[in-house]
Amino acid sequence: MIQVTINGTRAELQPGTHLSQLLEKLKMPPERVAVEVNLSVIDKQKYSQFPIQEGDQIEIIGFVGGGN
Amino acid sequence: MTSQDGPLTVGNIEFRSRLIVGTGKYASFEETKKAIEASGADCVTVAVRRVNILDRSKENLLDYIDPKAYKILPNTAGCYTAEEAIRTARLARSAGISDLVKLEVIGDPKTLFPDNEALLEATRVLVKEGFIVFPYTNDDPIMAKKLQDAGAAVVMPLAAPIGSGLGIRNPYNIKIILETASIPIIVDAGVGTASDAALAMELGCDGVLMNTAIAGAKNPIQMAEAMNYAVRAGRLAYLAGRIPKKLYAQASSPVEGMIE
Repeated sequence: MIQVTINGTRAELQPGTHLSQLLEKLKMPPERVAVEVNLSVIDKQKYSQFPIQEGDQIEIIGFVGGGN
Repeated sequence: MTSQDGPLTVGNIEFRSRLIVGTGKYASFEETKKAIEASGADCVTVAVRRVNILDRSKENLLDYIDPKAYKILPNTAGCYTAEEAIRTARLARSAGISDLVKLEVIGDPKTLFPDNEALLEATRVLVKEGFIVFPYTNDDPIMAKKLQDAGAAVVMPLAAPIGSGLGIRNPYNIKIILETASIPIIVDAGVGTASDAALAMELGCDGVLMNTAIAGAKNPIQMAEAMNYAVRAGRLAYLAGRIPKKLYAQASSPVEGMIE
């Protein structure tokens, strides 16, 4: 297993897990979120080819209610 | 809207309504949806936040506000540095829903006044990257001009502190901003009730953005409808051209033909 941080929470993943598999596991529709790995924004088209590595800092964001 | 008034146009984007509304502070997504419908707005601002990875049972705002039906204006609310705001804007855009960004760089948690220096810096960076930047700023005409020169699509001066409901505290500055800038001016923040929104539009502003004034009202859906009318009424009054203020009375009935 590899250790990663997702939205500030430590998590363990199978080695070789791709971003698209992680989103599927978390039940997050890719069209509703954006993902940053180690401070770099990842293109949606690349989710299925993006292998998550040991120690990656992953941020998954979405849109919530807000004004100012 | 009457035929004399065209839509608000920003770049090549047309806004059917001159009212832009926030999506925060509502009791439920259902209420959010109903209030937005009552407001007549076709553009809504949303915040960008980490999704809850531990509890995915929660509903999604975008299940209630269809990005195909509404223009989504992601905001960088809560960002205190240019770097944070730029990072948030980039992430928001990569969601693939919108190239718009309501750019906020906050300078102080008590007043939520903007850090204009950092705002200008972030505007320059994001404009270069192709964002359509809506910066939230003070009611400062010099800053408005600088943001325009930096390539902002609109300038959004505050009427009063965010969520304060104090209304337009400095209408004269807003007037000067309108004379100084040639891009659309949208009052953002501080509106408390319908007359505040109408005043912004009567001054000649191109639009008004609000959240708390609607969401915090006793009846948000009714207030959303009031704001819908207020923005339209204010705009029409501006276009129609108000009468000058006079110190003394001027009768509107003829003097001739009085019974003697």
